[in-house]
Amino acid sequence: MAFHAMGDKYTAAPFWQNGPVPGAFYKFPDVNRNPDVTFSQRSQTPITTATSVLGIVYNGGVAIAADILGSYGSLARFRDCPRVMKVNENIILGAGGDYADFQYLKDIIEQKIIDEECLDDGFTLKPKSLYCWLTRVLYNRRSRFDPFWNNFIVGGIQDGQPFLGTVDKLGTAFEDKHIATGYGAYMALPLLRDAVAAKGDIGLTRDEAKALLVRCLEILFYRDARSFPKYHISTVDIADGVIVEGPLQLQGYE
Amino acid sequence: MDLIERNNRFLPDYHTGPKQAYFSPYADNGGSIVAIAGEYYAIIGCDTRLSSGFSIYTREQSKLFPLSKTTILGCSGCWCDTLSLTRALVARLKMYLHEHHKQMSTPAVAQMLSTMLYYKRFFPYYISNILAGLDVDGKGCVYSYDPIGHCERGTYRAGGSAGALLQPLLDNQIGLKNMENVSKEPIPLERALAVLKDVFISAAERDIYTGDSIYINIITKDGIKEEKFVLRKD
Amino acid sequence: MSSIGTGYDLSASQFSPDGRVFQVEYAQKAVENSGTVIGLRGKDGVVFAVEKLVTSKLYEAGANRRLFNIDKHVGMAVSGLLADAKQIVETARIEASNYRAQCGSNIPLKFLNERVSMYMHAYTLYSAIRPFGCSVILGSYEDDGPSMYMIDPSGVSYGYLGCAVGKAKQAAKTEIEKLKLQDMTCQELVKEAARIIYLVHDELKDKTFELELSWVGAVTNGLHQRVPDSVFAEAEKSAKAAMEDDSDSDTEEM
Repeated sequence: MAFHAMGDKYTAAPFWQNGPVPGAFYKFPDVNRNPDVTFSQRSQTPITTATSVLGIVYNGGVAIAADILGSYGSLARFRDCPRVMKVNENIILGAGGDYADFQYLKDIIEQKIIDEECLDDGFTLKPKSLYCWLTRVLYNRRSRFDPFWNNFIVGGIQDGQPFLGTVDKLGTAFEDKHIATGYGAYMALPLLRDAVAAKGDIGLTRDEAKALLVRCLEILFYRDARSFPKYHISTVDIADGVIVEGPLQLQGYE
Repeated sequence: MDLIERNNRFLPDYHTGPKQAYFSPYADNGGSIVAIAGEYYAIIGCDTRLSSGFSIYTREQSKLFPLSKTTILGCSGCWCDTLSLTRALVARLKMYLHEHHKQMSTPAVAQMLSTMLYYKRFFPYYISNILAGLDVDGKGCVYSYDPIGHCERGTYRAGGSAGALLQPLLDNQIGLKNMENVSKEPIPLERALAVLKDVFISAAERDIYTGDSIYINIITKDGIKEEKFVLRKD
Repeated sequence: MSSIGTGYDLSASQFSPDGRVFQVEYAQKAVENSGTVIGLRGKDGVVFAVEKLVTSKLYEAGANRRLFNIDKHVGMAVSGLLADAKQIVETARIEASNYRAQCGSNIPLKFLNERVSMYMHAYTLYSAIRPFGCSVILGSYEDDGPSMYMIDPSGVSYGYLGCAVGKAKQAAKTEIEKLKLQDMTCQELVKEAARIIYLVHDELKDKTFELELSWVGAVTNGLHQRVPDSVFAEAEKSAKAAMEDDSDSDTEEM
């Protein structure tokens, strides 16, 4: 240590210690030029997007509805983007946000279902399991700063009870009797809450629930510039299982 | 364009430049937690409103997580972090149970929570945590945390979106601070419950992220009792 | 056996002087010890039937199945060592899933057969591993009609109208040859398949067995499924009745 060449005030710093080296590039002090440790940015922005999704619990089932527009910024670009899917005999799934991310996850979910059917052991995916799985997938992606830019609404029947839950791009998840994402959270959700509160313990019938969702889609079409008068509506019932209807047209906007 | 620039105002609807949607991994989902510990009990309450900005996600979301027969955790802040943290916690507690054939004591849970929070020091769980329970001697205790794992044991604490609003009130009413001629006797359970309800009513008046209703859990040696109490919904 | 003691049968990577790979032949022997498995390809689908030998009364009914789903539209019947077969099943499932992820549609059976055959063949080339002790039959019903392939432990595969492997493959083949396969529907084939399995079962050597039946065809909308309970019961009943008739006529002749 006594002969330490640097940091010793009695010894001069080596000559040219930070200067140009013959045949090499000048290296600035304190600048890390190793590309392995530079920053990388992964956080994407949504490209083709879909607007609100609506979901509601009625007596003995759940209904989910969404229009079929794929917007490219403010351009109404793709006019046939179905985003309410049947997952299996007791789960339906609605998605908003980036359409490519939805399609990617849809393929994964469909393969999950095929894998499960292959096992042929009589067990099937349950709504809460899919909901929880989505929570984990979306939370993991947000933690890697590479989110799936989606809002999902999961509907289903589990243990004879209707289930309705939602997950957003952060992995924020909750269950409720009525859920609306995007613009729907501002414009449709109050209507859904009022309708459910007005019925109290009696609850809505399937037809009432469906009519209510269609009415909400219509109101969204009045005010949401990214919405569209064609939609899919899906129900999952204790009695009738999964039904997906569409594309349907809002009356009077052909 | 010309007109807009001359007026030197920014009108977002007429903005024609490139738009950037930026991504933040955190959300403030609001919610408040209050916990008070007494000689032989601990109570913890949370509101049930889950919100973001000016919209209410749901009016029926409990933010209390029973971890054992004598320990309850209350979380508010970023809800996706809360879901992840509590799930990891429950798993760790189960592993402890299987390994040692007994439930983890409240002080041990408190320490573990601190460790788990600090583990994510540089990408924190954005949660205000309050842990209430009975310690190994059966005495009530309240642990409170910052998002990165600082931990302090006390007898009462308010946290979450109305935390700063409520803590001074608790200091006065429960801690008996700035009071003259009062006997510093332990707070009875009935008094603690009454104060807890009162402070939530006050919070709902001023804080838009606190409201709808509250869940209260009362922890004694006989187990956990639950209560629900309605707040204003606007 | 000519191979024993010559030293050429210890490795799959060495030929014998007369040009044989004994390890592969031993693998084929393993298949011949197993219960009989048949596949029938009719005009509107493929039917599989398995004589699953039950070696202990202590097994649960329906345990150790030999009919597998590979994808929604593909079924596989296996004979030989079950553990080996399950690895083939898993490989086939992964191939089907990869194809779906890449191409977005069901894998054509022709391609799946090729990939699984290559996989099995690879296990006949190296000294460190042994060939699979099983033969598998693949079947599906696609836009251009039904197709069925059988892959042998050597990795060789052919398309078939009717095929049989296992203990009584000779007897079964003789029976299959009597059928006019290309004119028959799945419903007819199921009965024949059950009858053949009952017919070729050797009661003296193997006491108990379970019949397994599955099909893929127009009747199942192109999905590979276990035969429904009612159809199964009827096929089994008529198979047993045919056996009765057979034994009656035998006694008359005597």
